[in-house]
Amino acid sequence: MFAYIIRRVVATIPVVLLVALFVFSLLYLAPGDPAAIIAGDQATPADVERIRASLGLDRPFVIRFADWLWQVLNGNLGVSIFTNLPVSHMIAQRIEPTVSLMLLTLVLSLSTAIPMGVIAAWKHGTIIDRAVMMTAVFGFSTPVFVVGYLLAYVFALYLDWLPVQGFTSISAGLLPFLRNLILPATALGLVYMALIARITRATMLDVLSQDYVRTAKAKGVGQRGVLFIHALKNAAVPIVTIVGIGFAALIGGAVVTESVFAIPGLGRLTVDAILRRDYPVIQGVVLMFSFVYVLVNLGVDLLYTLFDPRIRY
Amino acid sequence: MQRRAFLKTAAVGAVAGSGLSAPNLARAANSKVLRFVPQANLANLDPIWTTQYVVRNGALLIWDTLYGVNDQLVPQPQMVEGHEVTPDFKTWTFKLRAGLKFHDGEPVRSRDVIASIQRWMVRDATMGQVIKKRLDALEAVDDSTFRFRLNAPYPKMLFALGKSSTPCLFIMPERIAATDPFKQISDYVGSGPMRFMKDEWVPGAKASFSRFDGYSPRSEKANWMAGGKRINFDRIEWQIVPDGATAGAALENGEVDWWETPLPDLVPLLRKSPGVAVDIADPLGNIGSLRLNHLHPPFNDVRARRALQIALSQADYMQAVVGSDDSLWKTVPGYFTPDTPLYSELGGEPLKGPRDYDLAKKLLAEAGYKGEPIVLLVATDVAITKAQGDVTADLLKRIGMNVQYAALDWGTVGQRRAKKEPPAEGGWNIFHTWHAGADCVNPAPYIALNCSGETAWFGWPKSDLVQEKIGAWYDAPDLAAEKTAVAEINKAAMEHVVYVPTGFFKVNQAWRKNLSGIVKAPFPVFWDVTKT
Repeated sequence: MFAYIIRRVVATIPVVLLVALFVFSLLYLAPGDPAAIIAGDQATPADVERIRASLGLDRPFVIRFADWLWQVLNGNLGVSIFTNLPVSHMIAQRIEPTVSLMLLTLVLSLSTAIPMGVIAAWKHGTIIDRAVMMTAVFGFSTPVFVVGYLLAYVFALYLDWLPVQGFTSISAGLLPFLRNLILPATALGLVYMALIARITRATMLDVLSQDYVRTAKAKGVGQRGVLFIHALKNAAVPIVTIVGIGFAALIGGAVVTESVFAIPGLGRLTVDAILRRDYPVIQGVVLMFSFVYVLVNLGVDLLYTLFDPRIRY
Repeated sequence: MQRRAFLKTAAVGAVAGSGLSAPNLARAANSKVLRFVPQANLANLDPIWTTQYVVRNGALLIWDTLYGVNDQLVPQPQMVEGHEVTPDFKTWTFKLRAGLKFHDGEPVRSRDVIASIQRWMVRDATMGQVIKKRLDALEAVDDSTFRFRLNAPYPKMLFALGKSSTPCLFIMPERIAATDPFKQISDYVGSGPMRFMKDEWVPGAKASFSRFDGYSPRSEKANWMAGGKRINFDRIEWQIVPDGATAGAALENGEVDWWETPLPDLVPLLRKSPGVAVDIADPLGNIGSLRLNHLHPPFNDVRARRALQIALSQADYMQAVVGSDDSLWKTVPGYFTPDTPLYSELGGEPLKGPRDYDLAKKLLAEAGYKGEPIVLLVATDVAITKAQGDVTADLLKRIGMNVQYAALDWGTVGQRRAKKEPPAEGGWNIFHTWHAGADCVNPAPYIALNCSGETAWFGWPKSDLVQEKIGAWYDAPDLAAEKTAVAEINKAAMEHVVYVPTGFFKVNQAWRKNLSGIVKAPFPVFWDVTKT
């Protein structure tokens, strides 16, 4: 197992390098000019040209890529063109809000979606099943920003229970932390919850029709035991897989959610950097996200062994 | 009990003791902190390196200026005690006020001022570089006195030192001002009323300023960039809220105090909100611009440019930009800011009266236009340029032009508009922008009127006559002469169709009603604002 983990971690290196090359090439080919944005609308074309030269943006692609790659291999993600701050510092400033948002979203989604899916499968064909599926369809079909605005209107403006925007660090206390995050996590988690609830329901329906479940029932195992001990554990592999795959959707959703709720996280950093063509920041953030995504998939693979002893690495 | 009140009461009961409602109480007690939502992200804080207005606005808190314009656009002494000038306007001597300090406690000396001027002169294309060309010497007479010795008269010196258009001349310590003007500073020790809290800065999210107790305000009442800049807050926190609807909701909810540029669509809603006040932000407004590429057909021919000038309806543009509130816009048959001393409509007839599509088509034919694609760059991520671009696309079709609508983001427009290649090879024919009215009050900050050809602003117009008239304004010794010069610039620029103004418009600002002292200005004025 340990050798497998090492092999997988080593295997992430070429993946991340390929991502780096792809992103760098894409940014090079994409139109846009940070020098023009820095100079502002009042600047002369000559000023824009001089700023471009001072930033080294007039150098050939290969030299720029080699420079950047060398920096990255030395553990340096570079310096933001706009803020003059190290990219690693900017990422560090933004990690807590994004990680907090994602973790709370995961907790909310999993703690509601799995029971919903299990119950829907158990009560297959009943009004409960239909209600769960309707909720799931609503979650799928409603964009994150619509849910976000709706929640902010109801819970912040209309009821005045929660703030509209912002982020409070957990170091300031759990309740202020939750006050700021509960709405964005709900908005972001809805689609995730829908996805997991549907997969849980479908997998559970399949598992519940298998012979060993019938045998368990015949032997007098209670309903709760059948559902949560015998069936759910065997249904867990596809559910864990979809949780891993859905993580990418969560990253994409975080970009929108952080903008709607003005959360100073990595999603907003990415959007701002793209709009300004802050190349070192874009490259740094994408590199980090790709690395995290690879690690999440590794975690998912390892979890398989927990739920299905037949899987060995 | 109303349903809403009932729900609130029930909610309070439900969360009693949980602390969930505590921030509402904290909000009331927090009158020494001003929470401000700026027009854009404050991505850097070097007001010489970049000409972005949001950076200038932040810099006004951190650094002071030698002079500052007031609401009459007259430069008033700010860091200087006074000046002497020779009758030929060639030698200007300035004395600094006593007691000026930087945020690190060091006194402000002549050598700091000279280094700041040197850096600014390189980057200020319209005034700084003109002074630089005429400069024989810029010297420190003593620690508090410095002198310009020029080889040609420069009567507009005080305006140059105190103008609000970017880049402004901010006074920095010598070690910071010695930075290459094309490289960004990273040390923000200032000379103004607030310190920048660099350690708390989260670019794209938050920038904080704390009051500098060593600042010595002037005794006069504050007036725009002039007078005593007294700050009534311990801290001013800029919160970047990228989404307009969220910023509006945060203002309504009391989470922020002041929003610099509310979305026009949200203004009616904000007006109905009991705790929110809405009013014009900048009395000098903005002038919309249809910018033409003078290098390539068909707009290298003045008849083609004239065709757009006589066909364009400013009312159409303004309604698209600011919506149904007619008090926010007016037509402007000229290039200069309406209701300012130098405003002129001389030569503005082509923009007045009924629009003439037939004559426009005739002029296009005379200019040799035969249906070639017209590349229209539209920054669709900026509401003002998007609205103007849509109106132009429709206009061009009406007068028989073949429009190639290039929907881009502002970053890409910024890159592409710099291309001098023909439109078919990646260049362009038309793009839209707008100019702050404060930059259009006279020719000095008005880079868009420059007609020096290859070195002019994007579009590269060339007119010796316009340049000659601009030169006459620089040498004008008094207001009457300035008015004459500006009227002639307007006429010459209209005849040459340097660009086509699409109208004059204003935007609103919004703030919580517990704030007082908010003034109308081309930039947010924080001094004398109080919060209860």
